[in-house]
Amino acid sequence: MRRDLVIIGGGPAGLAAAVAAYGAGARDILVLERDVELGGILNQCVHNGFGLHAFKEELTGPEYAARYVEMARERGIECRCGTTVLDVSSERTVTCLSPERGLETVEAGAVVLAMGCRERPRGALNIPGYRPAGVFSAGTAQRLVNREGLMPGRRVVVLGSGDIGLIMARRMALEGAEVLCVAELMPYSGGLKRNIVQCLDDFGIPLLLSHTATRVLGRERVEGVEIAQVDGHGAPIPGTERVYECDTLLLSCGLLPENELSRQAGVGLSSVTGGPVVDERLMTDVPGVFACGNVLHVHDLVDHVSEEAAHAGRAAAAYVAGGEGETGRRVAIEAGSHVRYTVPSSVDPARLDGPLTVRFRVTEPLRDVALVVSADGRELVRRKRRVVAPGEMEQAVLGPAVLADVTGPVTVSVEGGDRG
Amino acid sequence: MAETIELTCIRCPIGCQLSAVLEDGTVVRVSGNTCSRGEAYARAEVADPRRTVTGTVAVRGGAWPVTSVKTVPDVPKDAVLDVARALSETVVDAPLAIGDVVVANVCGTGADVVVTKPVDVQTGTVPFCTSTCK
Repeated sequence: MRRDLVIIGGGPAGLAAAVAAYGAGARDILVLERDVELGGILNQCVHNGFGLHAFKEELTGPEYAARYVEMARERGIECRCGTTVLDVSSERTVTCLSPERGLETVEAGAVVLAMGCRERPRGALNIPGYRPAGVFSAGTAQRLVNREGLMPGRRVVVLGSGDIGLIMARRMALEGAEVLCVAELMPYSGGLKRNIVQCLDDFGIPLLLSHTATRVLGRERVEGVEIAQVDGHGAPIPGTERVYECDTLLLSCGLLPENELSRQAGVGLSSVTGGPVVDERLMTDVPGVFACGNVLHVHDLVDHVSEEAAHAGRAAAAYVAGGEGETGRRVAIEAGSHVRYTVPSSVDPARLDGPLTVRFRVTEPLRDVALVVSADGRELVRRKRRVVAPGEMEQAVLGPAVLADVTGPVTVSVEGGDRG
Repeated sequence: MAETIELTCIRCPIGCQLSAVLEDGTVVRVSGNTCSRGEAYARAEVADPRRTVTGTVAVRGGAWPVTSVKTVPDVPKDAVLDVARALSETVVDAPLAIGDVVVANVCGTGADVVVTKPVDVQTGTVPFCTSTCK
């Protein structure tokens, strides 16, 4: 079978890419989704706060997902659920498996990678102790509570202050559990500020910064978690240990883009983001293979995922139509001072037909700074910001005119400011 | 007698640090906000704090054992735990569509509890779901 455009993943990124590709003229689109329904992880994100940018109203996760599912349906875009993609080749042959259709291969004119991310598991965290029941990643607990109606436990400690951990601290409290604390290794939270206010402060849940779990107690079931303060290098300070008696430990210690399929396709990955290295079209170094959403780099806001994915979808549609040739110009986009990474990491200024959005994260919390984009010894964009933090993605929008005659690398940096 | 209350604005992801100056219990000045929503938030948060409560209710005869709901409009912050308790005692019948009201005037707050995720009638077992449907 041959299809113009195959999109791997039917979550917010995949659906937004499909809808935008359709809008750009693509018609032969196939979305492959592993789960039994479309919408991805939004289906278990029952809290609100989604859609303020995309729809100018506050929606819950399932409602946000439903908007995009409806858009895909209205356009007659074929979405196959219960279908697992096993392999993507560098020639864009997609091998997938489903109970209804068995093993199939699809030759794709273009592929959009939209597989999302996974949570960092306990095995990657080096917490001493036995392996009792009661240790869950925050997202697993979210699935159990919000989709399956099951409570993972009654007395809870949360390790890591990522957004899902904060959201789940509140969720468990609302379901009647006692949430003893959220311990965060870093001296600042990895989550959005509004989640700290609404999920912890509102419920009197303490956030212990510069703290980590040093031991899990209990053999069959979690009986407690030992938490200790850490020094400036993240090492536990002897004598600061305190045992919290609990039956459940939730882990919210970072998200990892899920790029097994990208690797099989030979896509070059960034050691910083864990996602593909892409140009301004969000195309990887494998021609015709695009990436967007959390598989590209982990986002805080689904609104930004949708926007980014729509861009990838339009670019993939243009690639299929053969409209965009290689002009041979390629300008690198580099992370400067206090910037951890940028997406994309290169741009062909001649190919830009609209403003270019460069997304990036800062390395540490800073106050009263300027976000500066420069190239060839001059400033292209300068924007003041009162507060920046690693947990909140930043972006710089560059007009095509600004980039038109740039030759050297474009550097995104954060200047001035005090440690916040 | 002037009093200053420090707040973190939650109206958008920027999370501005707001200072609301109160005189005789009324907000007379807000600073630290970068847009008008910040000022409105500070005034409302001091006078009458409200929250959207989101959660789940049990579903009878549905393809999934629970579905997600939210309060419309927001409820007073003091009523949040009562509303959450009311949700945990609520059982509704499938099918359900987005916007269906499952509890009207929950806990006397004037807010309704509405469905945010559709649920079909159960036709078989739910793949990957470890819970038993009621």
